[in-house]
Amino acid sequence: MTVFVNGERRELPEGATLAGLLEQWGVPPSGVAVAVDGAVVTRASWAATTLSDGVAVEVLTAVQGG
Amino acid sequence: MADDPLVIAGREFGSRLVLGTGGAANMSVLERALLASGTELTTVAIRRMDTGERTGVLDLLARHGIEPLPNTAGCRSAAEAVLTAQLAREALGTSWVKLEVVADDRTLLPDPIELLDAAEQLVDDGFTVLAYTNDDPVLARKLADAGCAAVMPLGSPIGTGLGIGNPHNIEMIVAEAPVPVILDAGIGTASEAALAMELGCDGVLLASAVTRADDPPRMAEAMRLGVAAGRHARLSGRIPKRFWAQASSPDPD
Repeated sequence: MTVFVNGERRELPEGATLAGLLEQWGVPPSGVAVAVDGAVVTRASWAATTLSDGVAVEVLTAVQGG
Repeated sequence: MADDPLVIAGREFGSRLVLGTGGAANMSVLERALLASGTELTTVAIRRMDTGERTGVLDLLARHGIEPLPNTAGCRSAAEAVLTAQLAREALGTSWVKLEVVADDRTLLPDPIELLDAAEQLVDDGFTVLAYTNDDPVLARKLADAGCAAVMPLGSPIGTGLGIGNPHNIEMIVAEAPVPVILDAGIGTASEAALAMELGCDGVLLASAVTRADDPPRMAEAMRLGVAAGRHARLSGRIPKRFWAQASSPDPD
């Protein structure tokens, strides 16, 4: 199946979890937030969140600004 | 001004200057500017992350005990701003947010309708909302009524350095606000930061004036002093303005 991570296409096996994707992606242990299809998924829920074909995953952090 | 703290939502800050981190040429300059400013609260933006890389700004703030204040910069609608605030809460573990909902890129002026809508939603969701707003006393009052912890009227549009365009409006906002008023946006130099405080603002938020100055750490120091000078002047009770002269020396014998 295909998912989009920060706008980039990625092919994942059926049943892949958000935690698995983020581990592969190299997400740091803190300072990060994730949304799936426009809704925040808390870190505690990453392992239990199964991705489906076509979802948009956004990985965000704090940058200089304001 | 250790005996005169800025209090927002029950939390005390020794510095009345809130610095933004945007626009600095590099982390070293930003670090020296932050330290020179004496700030204890500093805005950061929330953006897409590059693969596996932290930007370092959070580590920098943590190293110096400066509290990050996430903003919703770039949001055009209440829905976008609410989602960004929720993401910031998840990423940074803070329920404080500088709420910013702008109408267009050319003016970067707040969209009052979307702003008030977002403020109401975020207050309901348990956020401590510091709202970036127009220099409109009516909107400021409505934001405070909605439960915002501070109102932050602009002096002039973001990044213009045009100073305080409508000082009388700022004074009216101060006169009516039941929450702290922080002058946000438009400050270009230290005298304007001092003026904001003389008008009765509780604090000043600025970024570009420092980060885009030729010598950011030195301008940060100037802003620290300007805010302190303005605060002292405000609390001292300035003399009334007179039309004719009044001698300050005794009459000649």
